[in-house]
Amino acid sequence: MVENFRNQDRYESVGRNVDRKEGMSKVTGQAKYVDDLNFEGMIYGRTIRSEIPRGKIKAIHLEFDTEGFTIVDYRDIPGKNLIALIQDDQPCLVESEINHADEPILLLAHPEKEKLLEAKVRIETISEIPVLDPLQSGKIFKEILISKGDIEAGFGLADRIVEGEYRTGHQEHVYIEPNGMIAVPTPDGAITVYGSLQCPYYVHGALMVLLGVPETKVRVVQTETGGGFGGKEDYPSIIACHAALLALKSGRPTKIVYDRVEDMQATTRRHPAIVRHRTGVAADGTLLSMDVEVIMDGGAYCTLSPVVLSRGVIHATGPYRCDNVRIRGRVVHTNTPPNGAFRGFGAPQTLFASEVHLDRIAHTLGLDPIEIREKNAFRPGDVTATGQVLPEDTSALQVLREALKKSDYYNIRKKIGTQAKRGVGVALYWHGSGFTGAGEVKLASKATLELLPSGAKVRVASTEIGQGTRTMLAQIVAQTLGWSYDSIEVSPADTAVVPDSGPTVASRTCMIVGRLLQRCAEEMRFRIGNLTPKQYLEKHGPLEITKVYEKPPAIQWDDEHYRGDAYGTYGWGCNVVDLEWDAVTYEVKVKKVIAVFDIGKAIHPIFAAGQIEGGTAQAIGYALHEEVVMRNGRVANPQLTNYIIPTTMDTPPIEAVIVENSYRFGPFGAKGVGEMPMDGPAAAIVNALFAAGVDVREIPATPERIMEAVCYSR
Amino acid sequence: MKTALGNLDFADATTLSEALTLLASEPDRVPLAGCTDVYVGLNFGHIEKKRFVNIWSLSELRGISENADFLRIGALTTYTEMIESPIIAKFLPMMRDCARLIGGCQVQNRGTVGGNIANGSPAGDTLPILAVAEAMIIAQSLSGTRKIPFLSFYAGYRKTVLLPGELIVAIEIPKPPGAQWFRKVGTRAANAISKVVIAGLRGETVRLAFGSVGPTVIRARRTEAVLSSGGTIAQARDALAHDIHPIDDLRSTSRYRMQVAENLLSAFWDSTTPNQS
Amino acid sequence: MLFTLNGKITEVSAPSMKRLLDVLREDCGLTGTKEGCGEGECGACTVLVDGLPINSCLVPFGQVQNADVKTIEGLIGHTDLQKAFVSECGAQCGICTPGMILMAAPLVERAQAEGRIPALAEVQETLAGNLCRCTGYVAIYRAIQTACGAKSEQASVISGENG
Repeated sequence: MVENFRNQDRYESVGRNVDRKEGMSKVTGQAKYVDDLNFEGMIYGRTIRSEIPRGKIKAIHLEFDTEGFTIVDYRDIPGKNLIALIQDDQPCLVESEINHADEPILLLAHPEKEKLLEAKVRIETISEIPVLDPLQSGKIFKEILISKGDIEAGFGLADRIVEGEYRTGHQEHVYIEPNGMIAVPTPDGAITVYGSLQCPYYVHGALMVLLGVPETKVRVVQTETGGGFGGKEDYPSIIACHAALLALKSGRPTKIVYDRVEDMQATTRRHPAIVRHRTGVAADGTLLSMDVEVIMDGGAYCTLSPVVLSRGVIHATGPYRCDNVRIRGRVVHTNTPPNGAFRGFGAPQTLFASEVHLDRIAHTLGLDPIEIREKNAFRPGDVTATGQVLPEDTSALQVLREALKKSDYYNIRKKIGTQAKRGVGVALYWHGSGFTGAGEVKLASKATLELLPSGAKVRVASTEIGQGTRTMLAQIVAQTLGWSYDSIEVSPADTAVVPDSGPTVASRTCMIVGRLLQRCAEEMRFRIGNLTPKQYLEKHGPLEITKVYEKPPAIQWDDEHYRGDAYGTYGWGCNVVDLEWDAVTYEVKVKKVIAVFDIGKAIHPIFAAGQIEGGTAQAIGYALHEEVVMRNGRVANPQLTNYIIPTTMDTPPIEAVIVENSYRFGPFGAKGVGEMPMDGPAAAIVNALFAAGVDVREIPATPERIMEAVCYSR
Repeated sequence: MKTALGNLDFADATTLSEALTLLASEPDRVPLAGCTDVYVGLNFGHIEKKRFVNIWSLSELRGISENADFLRIGALTTYTEMIESPIIAKFLPMMRDCARLIGGCQVQNRGTVGGNIANGSPAGDTLPILAVAEAMIIAQSLSGTRKIPFLSFYAGYRKTVLLPGELIVAIEIPKPPGAQWFRKVGTRAANAISKVVIAGLRGETVRLAFGSVGPTVIRARRTEAVLSSGGTIAQARDALAHDIHPIDDLRSTSRYRMQVAENLLSAFWDSTTPNQS
Repeated sequence: MLFTLNGKITEVSAPSMKRLLDVLREDCGLTGTKEGCGEGECGACTVLVDGLPINSCLVPFGQVQNADVKTIEGLIGHTDLQKAFVSECGAQCGICTPGMILMAAPLVERAQAEGRIPALAEVQETLAGNLCRCTGYVAIYRAIQTACGAKSEQASVISGENG
């Protein structure tokens, strides 16, 4: 037995493409998602929402036979009427003041779905004039200033000053499984919630505040989750609160599953952004002064906007050194449904602007886009806008060069020559791994490893949402213990049995939680010595090891002045895009995307490549197709027919290359990967269009926008 | 808001005469073919009708045949059947090109040409083809069969001239004289709703029809006249501006549709111009 | 009403206008068929009716009377395609996977019988009605092609210069 557990060669896990823990259950249709679960006596819930973007409720008319219905409004909330997150500004149910369209007002439940659909509720309202333009908003959720050096002095030295304004639109997550929750009441007044979610303890915290109960009275269990991308970071708390209220009032398990329309209208989206650059450059392309202004539309409530802005502004210079930098950011209120977390979390917006602007600078100076990047890209030891000295694993130049090599960049450019309507574009970028600033210290995440007779069990709140959490964490533990991958089990993300490992967001699961588990496994290995698990358990009794996050020693952050080490480390990415546009239809055909990423270490290479391929496809949609049409503050195209995500026929060949520059404090050197692929393709595409003679500065670069640029702006 | 489906009335017709008898006595019933549009409408609460008649199993409404002058396509012929049909490939290749771009394979396996016509969406992809091919709609009721020229089939936005009790049973298409050309510009490369569709026929005269640029499919008569009488493509593009008046909607803009329709006209002309060399 | 479900003659009493999707999930307890959009765009609800892939969200139950319906639960014995979806990581979140597999199954069966590997373009056209938001489709193509005997080609990993 001892030999079997300790055979290193045989049980090498990290870096191997082991089978996904829940792979077989997913391919056979046996995996249970929230809508696949039923409970004895379960009823169905429905949310009645506002139709106007701003106003007051005058009266609510129930125009149906209420017999057999459970009806809940704000007066049924036992605790506080709010969704606890960053600022306590968002009610769970509207009392009188409507702040956005599709805001929840009333909840209905009934044992029969069809009765629920037939129930007519009329909300009588008094409309007020909504604020829909973020530039006209008078209310700021968060304002950030990052300042380094003296921008005026920098501009004084510059040969040229280049200005530009760039815009990015809303983006829908379009996880293929819409949001859903089931709340199950227990006779002692406690509640268990099952659902599709990323962050069990966010939901847990929100329910405690809403219900006014201690933590022991709330349990949150993640069901198999059909995609998240940030869209199941904060909104599931709202659905869980609604389901819990109906369950408590009716005394019955209550299921709320959104259909696609409701999901697209009511839940969060990516923040739209306006980014303005004013850059002083020397004639040789050296960046001398960067003044950046970032304005994001937060929607009607604060949700996660301050931290989205924070990541956005920190990344806003792009991966380039400059002695004089000022970045001013603000995220403002509008009467639109609140925007929230979405893969990349503010960085895709600002990196789009910085990379597109850099090509405009190169063009102004008559420089090659590669030359200007080579000249200014961060090297190890360079200092960022917040004053962080970049570590050894800073590999901007390596990913750039690998991408040029892999794409055969110079030859393709030569081949294209002045051939109209085809272009190659590049984007170079960085992405901080884990929470921003002191975030990880505040989270103080925990992970637990439990010894089993057959091996060990991972107990963490990190959720499997497709990215491979269960598998990858088991690999880290197996490798550290020197045991087989199959000997490691992973507990469901159930707050009754897992500690708070922090949310499953910010590309932090592998680097932060994986490292915690590695530390657990190191201690477990030491404690059990030469015994087998079974021998250890017989001799010493149960063994459970919990570790808490420890900040790498050198990291310092000043949140008040936005100075210091914004992230423990960064991942680095580069895209090269080769595309053509059609002079008849203005449609873009992306021929190929090269995606090179330094992620420290690929724990599971195919999974890491899967993150890159999937994120790239999502970013191509962001760049070219995905447009949320807002009419009077309401999503007017909440269907997959009219909100266009890429099909197989729209997704070009994507070639992923992984570079491994290890991070000292990551498990086996690993850094974050999940979000980064979302950051660059939009800029690379728009830069390729620029090279092909089309100057667009707003995404999505739909055929309509390209037509306008080609036919009307010349 | 989704429609509650449980109380909707579904009557099953197993023969054509059963279906026609039922429609004669209950003309408010909506015929159900492949249902690819009906359920979208029900899902979004756009269909107020509560009574339906299932005609999916009427084998007499399926199949593609030809004689010396005509193709006949049964109303329940699916897009997949048209894609795979050697008759379509030979005489109406633009219909095959069109069918391949409708929905995904799942929709092609279920959606029917009769359904596309009856639904009458201005974005219906097959409609410009039927317009340039000058198809005849064969409509049958208990009182008999009549042939309706496709060009007079629509009375307005999603309005047809079908009489109560009438069912589309087939389409007759005169074998098109001249080179066929079809292009759909959709919201994406596949599984897309069209923003502009064009079907063109270039023989001794020119026929052109556009979809998604008006309340119904439009034959571009002025443009045709210019081209048929030897006018230049520039003159034809000017004429097109009088033939179609596209609008802004969720999927595109009026300016884009107009510009692209003009470009497509030029592309049609270029690619059907016999090689001079 | 009678129909054949995964090889067994099955009787279900449900309203005829109820969607086949709901009958499968609610009346037959087969929850492997998923709903992603309810309008035939995403393909998550794909099942085979008389051997042809269709969107079960767009088919009234009344139309499958006497038909042969096959769902993901009916693919018994873990087909090569399912195994390839696991080994090539064609499933990430897994919600589109049953639909993808049922859509690809007839193609794979045909290709296997003919002893050929379907070309990428053919795979792409087959799957044009199935949306996946996780994978960028790359791993799905790989799974389908390796199920037909292609060699698996995965992303390259390069060691770093600095760290």
